[in-house]
Amino acid sequence: MSGLYQIDFGKPERVVGIDLGTTNSLAAFMDLTHPQVIPDAGGERLVPSLVSMAESGEMVVGNAARPLLIEHPERSVYSVKRLMGRGAADVGEEAALFPFRIAPESESVIRIELGERRFTPPEISALVLRQLKSNAEAYFNQPVNKAVITVPAYFNDAQRQATKDAGRIAGLDVLRLVNEPTAAALAYGLDKREEGTVAVYDLGGGTFDISILKLKDGIFEVLATNGDTHLGGDDIDNLLIRIALEDIQSEWGEDVAGSGEAVQRLRQAVIGAKERLSFAPFADIVFEYRGRQYRRRLERELFERLIAGIVDRTLGPCRACLKDAGLTPERIDEVVLVGGSTRIPLVRRAVETLFRARPHTELNPDEVVALGAAIQAGILSGEVEGKLLLDVTPLSLGIETMGGAVEKIILRNSTIPASATQTFTTAVDGQTNVLIHVLQGERELARDCRSLARFDLKGIEPLPAGMPRIEVRFLIDANGILNVTARDARTGKEQTVEVKPTYGLTDAQVEAMIDESIDHAEEDFQARQLMEARVQADHILAAVEKARQHDAYYGLSELEKQQIQDAVNQLMLAYHSDDYLLIRAQIDHLNGVTMKLAETMMNEAVRGALKGTRI
Amino acid sequence: MERLTSCWNCGKNTEQIHFCGSCSSLQPPATNYYDFFGFEHRLNLDPAALEDRFYRLSRRLHPDVYFRRSAREQQFSLDATAILNDGYRTLKNPISRAEYLLKEKGITASENGRQPPPELLEEVFELNEMLEELRQGDDSLRPQLEEAEQRFLKLRDEIDCRLQVEFELYDASGDRSRLLEVRSLLSRRRYIRNLIEEVERELVGA
Repeated sequence: MSGLYQIDFGKPERVVGIDLGTTNSLAAFMDLTHPQVIPDAGGERLVPSLVSMAESGEMVVGNAARPLLIEHPERSVYSVKRLMGRGAADVGEEAALFPFRIAPESESVIRIELGERRFTPPEISALVLRQLKSNAEAYFNQPVNKAVITVPAYFNDAQRQATKDAGRIAGLDVLRLVNEPTAAALAYGLDKREEGTVAVYDLGGGTFDISILKLKDGIFEVLATNGDTHLGGDDIDNLLIRIALEDIQSEWGEDVAGSGEAVQRLRQAVIGAKERLSFAPFADIVFEYRGRQYRRRLERELFERLIAGIVDRTLGPCRACLKDAGLTPERIDEVVLVGGSTRIPLVRRAVETLFRARPHTELNPDEVVALGAAIQAGILSGEVEGKLLLDVTPLSLGIETMGGAVEKIILRNSTIPASATQTFTTAVDGQTNVLIHVLQGERELARDCRSLARFDLKGIEPLPAGMPRIEVRFLIDANGILNVTARDARTGKEQTVEVKPTYGLTDAQVEAMIDESIDHAEEDFQARQLMEARVQADHILAAVEKARQHDAYYGLSELEKQQIQDAVNQLMLAYHSDDYLLIRAQIDHLNGVTMKLAETMMNEAVRGALKGTRI
Repeated sequence: MERLTSCWNCGKNTEQIHFCGSCSSLQPPATNYYDFFGFEHRLNLDPAALEDRFYRLSRRLHPDVYFRRSAREQQFSLDATAILNDGYRTLKNPISRAEYLLKEKGITASENGRQPPPELLEEVFELNEMLEELRQGDDSLRPQLEEAEQRFLKLRDEIDCRLQVEFELYDASGDRSRLLEVRSLLSRRRYIRNLIEEVERELVGA
């Protein structure tokens, strides 16, 4: 970092709020009283959660990776959020629709093959986070090292841990994971009403959440949450792709499903049509591939019949959530819609019918979560006062008992932090360690729940069976992540606990990834310089454009005008190169040839001011 | 009760819960839920007062408020908030609250929860037969089962009324024999609740 930024102790440290989405990601910050989205150098507010490996081996992120997704789909990753905290067996048939390959040894952590390299989902997410971090650094012109990141409320422990790992790999200190629907409720500022009950329906690209909150004097107390971490707009896209592929096969007599490029082009075509259908009664899916064109008109009515099953899948969790909150639909005062997929009219109608309330849609559903994360960042940094989120754990926590049953020790929808203490002993004389299998889920049998980790209590004093008494404390922290500590109840001595996560990375693996990302720091430095040079170029180009409307410009000789035009052209050419030194040189050059123009304008402004006339 | 008598920060003696009386730094949390909330150890609790205390303590103890404080206070805040939340959950529900108070008074839950109360023996026997037949696919018993469920629900409500009476008697007298009565009512209630749950599961699942 040295040399890049002047450390200015006068500036307060920035804590940003990040929505790390399935389709798009974005960052926001607290600007005095209101949260604001942080745009990139080009003014774009959303960063597509898309990562591609260019032929040079360079990793390209966001909008810049869009063309690569078409050219080299097999080296591109999207929707990686659906793979976070999961093993290959969880992904199943969905893997066939992804353009990238999943490496064989992916049981506990998925490994994505891009060219010669392999990446885990947290590493891919870290690249997106790093992009957001550097956008924020360019925006504030100061380092940004702390963040609040949002996760789906229904994310389990492994998925949360994976998100936190991604932050660490990206060089961010993740102060808090906040549940997306809760963040949205915060952004809507619904606490302005003194008391009320709010349902937040969040259907994004890959995940669905429903949360019911009670609001009272600035406290946002989540009563219950439910959802499906594998349900979202992606499922609609995949459904339309499958139908279109069959259609194309019967029309062309050719199956294009095997071509990554064709599938990605088709994906974009169906997404385009899906989005238009939210506003128009019909839309055309237009797909061009190797000189042939497929065109299919999709009426909204048919579209709605096709996706009815997907929309219906959101209603079960909504009803279960109401039941857990102990409420009937009439008791819900307000409903908030979050996530791009809630733009679909059928989704809105379904929500309205269920909750018998017209949903709030005033805030941009793509941005509302990041804005809420920024408010939570403000709460942690002390900038925002009087608001407090009390969230819950979405899944019950249990331990495996004899015979493969599960004993639940912390029930779902318990306010977090939540804890439970259990005492363990040995079964055999002289036994020195005890293995505890921890699971998450609502089912009775261990094999039907999600294995979270095995905790090995080590160094137990060798005693007759049943004598040792080891007190184990299970604590779910405010991030929804489990922490386990143990002590010998007889001696009071702290006991070592070794954690073996079932899904996810060990601490050592994360450390290694952090080291590796520091190795790439030089590349990051280049990338940042490039971005900053482009921001500077944007400014001067805009200034020159404005000056050309000015009287002073018409006073210049043709030669002078030509020089300015040449310098502008050269800067524009340099702009899209990767060479930040060249961009800077061209900026200096343009500065030089416009010097006289700037002086004339300045003088006229001074003269104008003296005469008291408007210029 | 394992509470520090002298403050970890300023060393002065403090009798207060949660915060030091002299330097107002956060103290290791009290572990008894009643003491933590500052309530008398009673079986009846005003839900509104409990909620109010819960919100108030949340604002003062939550980890969000301790982000820029020492690691030690952050740890206390996390521990305290976990106890606050666990305690709120336990005290909010009259049944879990009574179970908690019984445990605190050294009255362990009886094993009777697994044994049917004698006067219900015959009915439980009949119910089990009906459930078995339903599992085999005989849907004609559905109305009878629903009827049985209603009967058990009514029985549960009766027990809740009697519990309420016992709660008041205990709170007024502090008489330990009342707690033994509460224990036997709780174990009957547990048994009936299990029956209701089983019937519901079968009715929904079938």
